[in-house]
Amino acid sequence: MKIVKNLAFAALAVAISGSMMLTSCAGGNNPKGADSTAKAGTEEDNTILGAGATFPNPLYSKMFSEYNKTTGLKVNYQSIGSGGGIQQLTSKTVDFGASDAPLNGKQDSAMSAPAVHIPITAGAVVLSYNLPDVKDTLNLSPDVLAKIFLGEIKKWNDPKIAAINKGVKLPSLDIQVAHRSDGSGTSNIFTTYLSKVSKDWDAKVGKGSSVNWPVGLGGKGNEGVAGSVKQTPGCIGYIELAYAIQNGMAYARMQNKAGNFITPSIASITAAANITIPADAKVSLTNTEAADGYPISGLTWILVYKEQKYNNHSAERATKMLKMVQWMVHEGQQYCAPLNYAPLSANAISVADAQLKTVTFDGKPVLQ
Amino acid sequence: MSVAIKYRIGKSTAFKTLVIVLSLACVVPLLFILVYILQAGITKINWNFLTNLPKPVGESGGGIANALVGTMIIVGTASIIAIPFGILCGIYLSENKNSKLAYWSRLCIDILQGIPSIVIGIVAYFWLVKPLNSFSSLSGSMALAIMMLPIVVRSTEETLLLLPDSLREAAYALGMPFHRVILKVIVPCGISGIMSGVMLSVARITGETAPLLFTAFGNPYLTTDITKPMQSLPLLIFNYATSPYNDWHDLAWGASCILLIWVLLLNIFTKLITRKWKVQL
Amino acid sequence: METSVDKELSPARVKTGAGFSSKKTPDTVSTNKRLKRSHRQIRAENIFRRTIMIVAVATVVLVVGIMITLAWQSRLSIQSAGLGFLWGKVWDPVRDIFGVYPFLLGTLLTSFLALIISVPFSFAVALFLGEYFPKGWMPDLLKNLVELIAAVPSVIYGFWGLAVLVPIVRSFETAIGVNAVGLGIFSSSLILAIMIIPYAASLGRSMIQMVPANLKEAAYSLGATRWEVIRMVILPYTKSGLFAGVMLSLGRALGETMAVTMVIGNTSLIPKNIFSPGNTMASVIANEFTEADHPVYLSALIELGLVLFVVTVVINMIGKRLIKGVSK
Repeated sequence: MKIVKNLAFAALAVAISGSMMLTSCAGGNNPKGADSTAKAGTEEDNTILGAGATFPNPLYSKMFSEYNKTTGLKVNYQSIGSGGGIQQLTSKTVDFGASDAPLNGKQDSAMSAPAVHIPITAGAVVLSYNLPDVKDTLNLSPDVLAKIFLGEIKKWNDPKIAAINKGVKLPSLDIQVAHRSDGSGTSNIFTTYLSKVSKDWDAKVGKGSSVNWPVGLGGKGNEGVAGSVKQTPGCIGYIELAYAIQNGMAYARMQNKAGNFITPSIASITAAANITIPADAKVSLTNTEAADGYPISGLTWILVYKEQKYNNHSAERATKMLKMVQWMVHEGQQYCAPLNYAPLSANAISVADAQLKTVTFDGKPVLQ
Repeated sequence: MSVAIKYRIGKSTAFKTLVIVLSLACVVPLLFILVYILQAGITKINWNFLTNLPKPVGESGGGIANALVGTMIIVGTASIIAIPFGILCGIYLSENKNSKLAYWSRLCIDILQGIPSIVIGIVAYFWLVKPLNSFSSLSGSMALAIMMLPIVVRSTEETLLLLPDSLREAAYALGMPFHRVILKVIVPCGISGIMSGVMLSVARITGETAPLLFTAFGNPYLTTDITKPMQSLPLLIFNYATSPYNDWHDLAWGASCILLIWVLLLNIFTKLITRKWKVQL
Repeated sequence: METSVDKELSPARVKTGAGFSSKKTPDTVSTNKRLKRSHRQIRAENIFRRTIMIVAVATVVLVVGIMITLAWQSRLSIQSAGLGFLWGKVWDPVRDIFGVYPFLLGTLLTSFLALIISVPFSFAVALFLGEYFPKGWMPDLLKNLVELIAAVPSVIYGFWGLAVLVPIVRSFETAIGVNAVGLGIFSSSLILAIMIIPYAASLGRSMIQMVPANLKEAAYSLGATRWEVIRMVILPYTKSGLFAGVMLSLGRALGETMAVTMVIGNTSLIPKNIFSPGNTMASVIANEFTEADHPVYLSALIELGLVLFVVTVVINMIGKRLIKGVSK
């Protein structure tokens, strides 16, 4: 009898504490919810949450800051890596994702609804290095680069590096390779390029946003890799051009398909990006045919769901977000060049516009 | 004296010297860290630093107002959840020392204390972020509250156990009901011991970063809405410290300095209170 | 919520209240007011008793909930990899190969290296405060300072490590001729070693102080030196307590995330020596949790969390058990 009573009591207590936990969450919500309806215009609907690529983060944070000044819309963009952007969009914890790698089949099937890719800008992945005693800009060839990242070239004064850098006094320092520790579109651009130019790399490592690196240190985000390179003598890592320039870091000239050594710059990225963009905007710019194009360039995209009506997403929110993206594709392009990103070509802008128009809310297009 | 005795005494003295040297050596890194951070941070702190929002990446200037406010809200919410809960649980444990439930509850508190913070972050992600479809400071507070709980419970329980039984008996003899004995007599008597546990737990979670990575998430704007992502000091330090930007490093040093001073103040204050109570936490 | 508890439970009122009220109810009208008050108080008392009981039950529910959440969310990975998860040598999310051996090794290496470095220091502090100088302002200051070590947030240790310790370790590595990165297992062990000193030290101190004075005095009267008393009397007496302190330190080192993530170098390769970069279980979760872009990957990370949870809980439990055994 006593045991039964105790059991009943315990069961009740469990139920109550469980519901208490739930209501404590809901309770935390409710007063706030009521609160925010009172000042709906100012707080609740005026922030948009995005997450993803670190590659365009300097540009995006500039754009969002400018957009905030003109419209008052607050965009909270967290640069957690392209893989993160895709994952968080998939689990619907953010309004938009950003990625420098288009969705692959596995990621596409993990999503509950189709997403559209809207190109925003093109940038270059540069090989930044930390050699305090070397004043000249180094040249790198695809073969040498692949061997460095495979761990086959271990010293900076390796004859293979010396052969393409005549007259540069190379130190006998160990090469430290820095790569991304998170799922990254920058890695995707970089490994796609290496897979194209090196059979060895393709067989041993392959391409993707988080591969199994044969050597090196991992850094979180473009910021982390740039930090590692900057703080470690003898270190080489791949980062977006803007990070290298903003931090005064040295970066190498890359040999392209035509055999020229190209300095990454807006002009050489634009040359590489000067191709016809397909209608779904998924395209890789690496290993370009253009004689003066930088070989490791890539587009970066914003990803949004094609159908904006999901969960408690409002039409107003969807409109605000798409207007913001539209602004980035048009007016926002003026901020690209000062930060060393290549503005979109006319062809790319029209593709982006066409993509934006396919986004619907409850079946009706959001933007006319 | 024989050589053997001299040798034994020598050995003893040598060991004592070793112990003293090693003990003092422990403090060196701590002092080094404190001095380094205060030195690097204090010069970065000024009015703009405290009141401005961060600038876009790569532009200099900007401040950490969003992180300061965010930390206060996140830690405040966590305290509101954990303190009453922890104190009540501590009361239960001290009043029902030998019940089965107390045994299990105590075991669970021990387990909670050992769980790595990052694992609590994962759990908070699945309990609050996923179901609510948004990163939120509330989920961060929840994770931090779970981390606070064992410290508050333990300090409450042990303080109340230290109180003499005669106190409780006297109150009962006057015909006071159980809840009033506890709330009006026992808890007020042990309040400083309980408070010390509370402050210690607040100090501990203020610097906690790992569970916030997947819950509070960060936000470049100032927000007070606990259902939205929010920036906090430890998150800011982690993100800025690993970046290549010197401006961000400066912000991170300043933020570390503020965090450190706050944590130290709380600890010193706790020490002053606990002098009266010999509570082992 | 509370009213429903009350309604549900007031018929089955506990012994203290029910007997008392039923005896007094058929009394005169003049006592009615007082009776009402005592009824109210009894009800309040019961509500209070129930509340604290529910709170205690909730702690159990909380921990069980955490375990269930971790186990349930990692089911995909447990199904696909099974136990091979633990000694698979490759972590390759692109090809869906999840082996955590490199992280397991990284975690064990950093934690045990940190223990080896920190144990002499923590025991020295314990002896200093427990045996040599139990009173006075100097030991008091030392005690408080050592406890402050535990108070500094780990992200600050990480930042300091990145800015100050890593360059020092790098030049040390250059001097001894190994791959000079600075970031790596050795740096994180050093940081961890500093961070875990207080745990073993404060427990050790209280254990040493519990050694009965007559034991020590007996040894002294036989002509033992201080060192001999420590070795022959104090150490054997406090053995399990000191060991418990080491276990608590170890538990702390295994679960530490931020400071390690910042200085370990984050690579999924099996570390070649103690100077190579690596990854610990906690740092992998911190780096990859928000960006695991397909379900198996996410579930593998959660399984990693589950493993970490089980290991730290077991170690902490052993420590706590030992302490309880000693203090009885």
